Amino acid sequence: MRRLSQLTPLAVAALLLSAWEVAVRIFAVPQFILPAPSVIAVRFAEAWADGTMLRHLVPTVTEVTIGGLLGGALGLLIGVTLGLSGSARRVVSPYLVAAQSTPILALGPVLVLWLGPGLAAKVAVCALITLFPVAISTLVAVRDVDAGTLELMRSLGATRWQSLRYARLPAARSGILAGARVAATLAVVGAIVGEWLGGTAGLGVLLNLARGSLFDTPLLFADLLQIAIVGVSAYALVLLFERVSSKKIA
Amino acid sequence: MQILQVDGLSHSFGERDVLRNLSLSIAAGESVALLGANGSGKSTLLRLVAGLLTPTAGQIALVGSAAAAGRPEVGIVFQESRLLPWRTVLRNVTLPLELAGESLSSARATAEAALKRVGAGGLLDRNPAEISGGERGRVALARALVRRPSLLLLDEPFAALDAITRARLDDELPELVAGAATLLVTHDVAEALLVADRVLVLGSDGAIQLEVPGLRGQPATGRRAALLSPDGAARQTRLYAALDSVSHA
Repeated sequence: MRRLSQLTPLAVAALLLSAWEVAVRIFAVPQFILPAPSVIAVRFAEAWADGTMLRHLVPTVTEVTIGGLLGGALGLLIGVTLGLSGSARRVVSPYLVAAQSTPILALGPVLVLWLGPGLAAKVAVCALITLFPVAISTLVAVRDVDAGTLELMRSLGATRWQSLRYARLPAARSGILAGARVAATLAVVGAIVGEWLGGTAGLGVLLNLARGSLFDTPLLFADLLQIAIVGVSAYALVLLFERVSSKKIA
Repeated sequence: MQILQVDGLSHSFGERDVLRNLSLSIAAGESVALLGANGSGKSTLLRLVAGLLTPTAGQIALVGSAAAAGRPEVGIVFQESRLLPWRTVLRNVTLPLELAGESLSSARATAEAALKRVGAGGLLDRNPAEISGGERGRVALARALVRRPSLLLLDEPFAALDAITRARLDDELPELVAGAATLLVTHDVAEALLVADRVLVLGSDGAIQLEVPGLRGQPATGRRAALLSPDGAARQTRLYAALDSVSHA
């Protein structure tokens, strides 16, 4: 059963790709509209062989890493603060929700205006888009720790800081990491959006190039595949951290 | 020497009076059980003594000074074991010592000794989810005893256990507490008589209604027999009658 459950996603993917390949060939769909998976695979390999993909991948991964970590750290800090303090929660929460309700695309031009078209603006977009899910999941997880556990900590003479370190954060761990999983994929979205707003390299820039000046639809799809790989990798890294940290927490 | 002295203690939650003018004292090494109807304030009294609540009126003197949360002279076992699921059994018991600033290596040695004393020495590296309810009860007891408290507060610690495990722990408890004075809250008349020197019944008015001597002074092997003797049966009958009257008051 276990082997079957591991094979199922691959089997579904193989089935869908085969159907796509056959449909494109049978209906003779033009390559500039929808290339066949085999054509995309060849273009993907070419883009790696000639260095195009790597040149655009490195900036995106840099933005995702710096922006994701920065947004995650800020989200954690804000979430813990608001989770611990009811008065801070009442004052800050409406602004947090309002900030998140503003589309990141609308904020992007402002960030580029302030920070320029370089790395800083893209990192800021990534950080802003990842901050909210981490902050909200941390807030809820830290606030809703079992009252009995907190009473136990008080009975043992724990200070507020000790209660946070020994009870609230370990108890909130799975809630915080659920937010981090969402944030990991959103960080990739943030980087692509940031790159659309300006810049000379990145997988978002490559999308524009492939669609516009190069008119290279197979490269466009190869780029989408690469973006998906980055997103899945970011998600997998959070899962890996989750697994490793579960053995380390005290 | 008095470990606990409670004088004129009253407590209310909003408009509702839970305890009214209650006085109680417990000597060093003495064990007192407290029976009472639901809502009579038994658990509230434990929380007041542990410093987890502040009384509306009255005084609580604990080894000569006022009650406060986290005092090392007091250990508490709650109704649920409240073991932290992300810590092993051993690290649950080292927790009170770590919070007091003790090094982990020294805390481990003390915690291992406490776990051995309560018969849980074989569980050190297990996770709380992997052990039985009875074992969790023993671990919670070890955690409460690890700072060598003068007073142990027990809030129906074995209420959730099956009858056989509960009977075994009741039989062992007087020896397991290792000389600490105890204040046990329970609904079980037999349990109260088996583990306590004195059994008190708390009335619905929040004051002590009846005091009956317990069987803790008997040798461990003779307590159950004493419970079933004519004298033991008479004590149980008095306690049940008192509980019945306070429940319908």
